[in-house]
Amino acid sequence: MTKFTLNGKEMTVEADADTPLLWVIRDEAGLTGTKFGCGIGMCGACTVHVGGKAQRSCLLPLSAAEGLEIVTIEGLDPKGEHPVQKAWQDLQVPQCGYCQSGQIMQAAAVLKDNPDISDADIDAQMTGNLCRCMTYTRIRAAVRQAATAMKGG
Amino acid sequence: MTRLSKSESGSLALSRRGFLVAAVGTGVAFSFLTACETGDPNAPAYEPTQWFAIDANGIVTVNIIRAEMGQHVGTSIARILADELDAKWEDVRINHVDSDPKWGLMVTGGSWSVWQSYPLYSKAGAAGRAAMIEAGATALGVEAASCSAANGEVISGDKKISYRDIVRRGGLTKTFTQEEIDALAIKPVDQRKLIGKPVTSLDIVEKTTGAAMFGIDAKVEGMVYGYPIIPPTRNGGQVNYVMDPAAKEIKGYLETVVLKDKSNTVPGWAVVIGETWWAAKKAAEAITLEYQPTDTMEVSEKDIQDHGRKLINDASKGVVLATGATNTAPVFRAAKSTLDAEYTTATALHFPMEPMNALAFEKDGKWEIHTGNQWQSLVLPWLAAALEVPETSIVMKTYRLGGGFGRRLNGDYAVGAALASKAIGKPVKVVLSREADSKFDSVRSPSVQKMRMAFDKDNNVIGMEQHVACGWPTQVMIPAFMPPGEDGKTYDPFAISGADHWYSVGAHKVRAVSNDLANATFRPGWLRSVGPGFTNWALESFMDEAAHKVKADPVQFRLNLLRAEGANAGTAPNSVGGASRQANVVKLAAEKAGWGQPLPAGTGLGLATSFGQERNMPTWVACVARVNVDRATGRVKVEKLTLVADAGTIVDPDGARAQMEGASLWGLSLALHEGTEFENGNVKALNLGAYTPLRLSDVPELDISFVESSEVPVGLGEPATTVVGPAIGNAIFNAVGARLRHIPITAAAVKAAMS
Repeated sequence: MTKFTLNGKEMTVEADADTPLLWVIRDEAGLTGTKFGCGIGMCGACTVHVGGKAQRSCLLPLSAAEGLEIVTIEGLDPKGEHPVQKAWQDLQVPQCGYCQSGQIMQAAAVLKDNPDISDADIDAQMTGNLCRCMTYTRIRAAVRQAATAMKGG
Repeated sequence: MTRLSKSESGSLALSRRGFLVAAVGTGVAFSFLTACETGDPNAPAYEPTQWFAIDANGIVTVNIIRAEMGQHVGTSIARILADELDAKWEDVRINHVDSDPKWGLMVTGGSWSVWQSYPLYSKAGAAGRAAMIEAGATALGVEAASCSAANGEVISGDKKISYRDIVRRGGLTKTFTQEEIDALAIKPVDQRKLIGKPVTSLDIVEKTTGAAMFGIDAKVEGMVYGYPIIPPTRNGGQVNYVMDPAAKEIKGYLETVVLKDKSNTVPGWAVVIGETWWAAKKAAEAITLEYQPTDTMEVSEKDIQDHGRKLINDASKGVVLATGATNTAPVFRAAKSTLDAEYTTATALHFPMEPMNALAFEKDGKWEIHTGNQWQSLVLPWLAAALEVPETSIVMKTYRLGGGFGRRLNGDYAVGAALASKAIGKPVKVVLSREADSKFDSVRSPSVQKMRMAFDKDNNVIGMEQHVACGWPTQVMIPAFMPPGEDGKTYDPFAISGADHWYSVGAHKVRAVSNDLANATFRPGWLRSVGPGFTNWALESFMDEAAHKVKADPVQFRLNLLRAEGANAGTAPNSVGGASRQANVVKLAAEKAGWGQPLPAGTGLGLATSFGQERNMPTWVACVARVNVDRATGRVKVEKLTLVADAGTIVDPDGARAQMEGASLWGLSLALHEGTEFENGNVKALNLGAYTPLRLSDVPELDISFVESSEVPVGLGEPATTVVGPAIGNAIFNAVGARLRHIPITAAAVKAAMS
C-alpha cells in the first residue's frame, strides 16, 4: 500500500511497489494526459512534478512516491491556463500533441526554478524531451514567452 | 499514388448524386446523397451522408474523415467549409468519424488531405449557404436575391437573422441535384474570410491540458491489457512452445495466447495478458518462447543492399517508368562525357512518440477496434480475414494519433489486438513496448541508387538515368494500387516518385527495382515523404555533382534545366506553370540565403529543390542549408535552413508553416541524426539509446516563406522533408570539398571524404 498526493488529492494505491508511477497515474487514477513513450526515461512524454521537480514517471517506482506530492498535466492549473499552457496555446505549439504534456510539465518546473532563464538554458533543459513532430522552434519561443509572462513582463 | 488519388476523386464524382438539407431532431443536417452500392435492388437509390450539421444553438459540426496526427487537418477542412458557408468560426466544431463504408475510401497520407478535400467541402459549404439564404429570406420576408450571408447570419439591408434562429424555426428542407451543385459558385479569392487567414486551430487547447484522447487512452469496461512478444523476424514467425511457470508467480498475470492469424498479418505473435500492462510486461520478461527458424533470421543491412546492387545490374529486373524518351543507351554511347555515382540510404524507423496500440472487443456481434489509424480501408480486410467475419461486422473508431508519419497507414497492429481479444473472449488493449514497436515497425527500406548523366561536347546535359532498388511497401500491402510502367509491368510509385523530376535532361530513364530480399525480411513502410525521401537525396546531390563537373554554379545549372516546356510545361489545374514554378523557388531561396556571398572558412551553403511527392500534385520547394564543418572531427553543424515553398493557395497559414517546420527538421534528422541497420533479420536500434532523432539543442535557425499564389492548394506535410538532406550534403561539399553519398551522414564519413 502506497500513499501519496495526486493533484492535491490523497491517493492510496495497492499496486506492487515496483510499478512505475506512470502506469498508476494512467490506469489506476485514470489520468491519461501523462504519456508512455520510451519506458527508459529518454523521451520525456511521461514527465510529472514530484515535490515540484520534473521527473520521468516511467522510471519512478511507486514505492519512491510514498508521502510525496505528485502533479500531472491535469493538475498544473485548474483551468488549463498556467502561463506555460497559455504560451503553448498562443503560439500553437502542438502538432500531434502526444509529447506536449511532458514538454509543458518540464518547462513549468524549469521556469519555476530559473525565472531568468537564458536561451542556452532553455536548450539545455528542454533537450531531454523528444518531439517527433519537431515543434522545437515553437517550444523554444513558447518557453521564452512563458518566462516573460511569469515575471510579469 | 496516381491510381489511388484518381480512384478516390473518381468515386466521389460518381457517387455524390446531389445534396440534401433536412431538418433532423437536433437541428439541420447537410448531406451528400450517395449512390447505394449494396447491390440490393430493393435498397433505396440514394443514402444521405451527413457532411455537416447546424444545431439549435447555431453550432456547426463538420465531419472529418481524415486522421488527426498533428497536421490540424480538421481545422483546415472545417475552414474550407466554414468559409463557403459563411459560418462564424467560433461556432465551428470538428468530429472525426468512424469507419462506416458511407464515407468512401479512408486514407490520410501522401499530403493529399487538403488537396482532395477542397472541392468537396467547399461545394458542401456553398450549398449550405444557399440553403440558409433561401430560408433566411423567407423568415425575413424578403427576396433571396436581396440577401447575403456573413459570420453566421443572413443579411438583407438592415434586417438580419442568425443561422441559429433559422434552424430554430424548423422545417428547413432543400435538395440540390448534382447539376445544381456543379453550378454553385465558389467564392473568389478576395472574398475569402477564413481560408488563408490566421485562426486558432480547433485541437490546440486539448493538446495542452492532457484532455486529448489518443488511441493509447481508449478504455472500455472489463478490459484487460495485452503485451505482445514480437518474434525475431517480421515474417514467417511460428512459436514452438511457451513456458510460463515463472510468470504465474507475478500478480496480475492472466495468460499468454499464441495468435492464430489466417490473414498472416502478425505471424508468430504471442500476447501476454495481464490485469495491468505492467503485470503483462513483467510476466513477458519471465516467459520463455522458442520459435521455428525463418529464412531471413540472418539477413543483414549489407545483404539487402548488395542484393539491391545485383538487381540494378541485371537489366531484366525492374520497371522503367513512362517518362517519354527513355532510350538512353544510344545517347550515353554518343556522349562526350558521362558522370556515374551510387547513392545509398540506411533503414529508418518511424518511431512515433505513441507506441502502436489498439483496443479490440466484440459487442452484440459487432467488432469494435479503437485505435489511431491513417488508412482504415486498408486494414479492414485484414481484420475481416483474421477474425473470420465480414467487413461489415467491424467498425473502427479513430482516435488522435501520437504521430503518424506513415506508420499508421499500415494498421497491422490492430490485427494483433483483435485476435488477442478473440482468443480470450474479453476486451483487450494491446500496447507495444517501445522495443517491440521498433522491431515490428514498417521501416523505410534501405535503398541503393545508381545515377548516370550524359553530356555533349559543350557540356550540355543530353541524358540521365536513375535506378532505384529498395523494398516496395505497396507491392507487399496493396499491389492493386501499383500503376503500370512503360512495358505494362506494375511498379510501386512510393518507391520511385521524385526520380520522375521536372528537369529537362533529354533522354531520361527512371527505373524502379523491387528488392525481394527486403520485402521478405521486413514489411516495407511508407515513411513521411516516401520515395522522394531517398530519390531526391540522390537526385539533388547528383545534380550538384554534375554542376561541379561542368564547372557551373549549382543554382544556375538547375535554373538552366528547369524549363517549362514539353512534358515539364505543367497542366491545369494542379501543375500550372510547371518547371518555371520550381525555378522560381530555387531563385528565391538562393537570394534569401545570400547565395554567392563570401563565408568563413569551413562554412558552406548548399541548395536542393523538390516538387514534393507526385508530378500530378506538385508542391514546389527549395532549401538552402548553411553548415559549418569541423575539419578535425568531421562534425557537421547545421546553422540555418532557408526554405521557400509554392504550395498554391495556403488554406491555413500557421498550420502550413508548422508543417514546413516539422517536415524540414525531419529532413535534418534523417540526414544527420537517425538511421539503423538490419542485423540478424531485424533492426538493430530498438530504443532511444541507439536511435537518436533530432533534439532541441541541435535545431538550427529556420527561415521559411511561401510564394503568394491563388493556384490549387496542394500538400505540405511532406515536401520540405526531402530537400534538407541533399542541401546539407551539398553545403558540406561547398564547405570542405567532401562529397557524401550515404544518409545518415556521420562525422566519420565526412572526415573520410575530406581526405
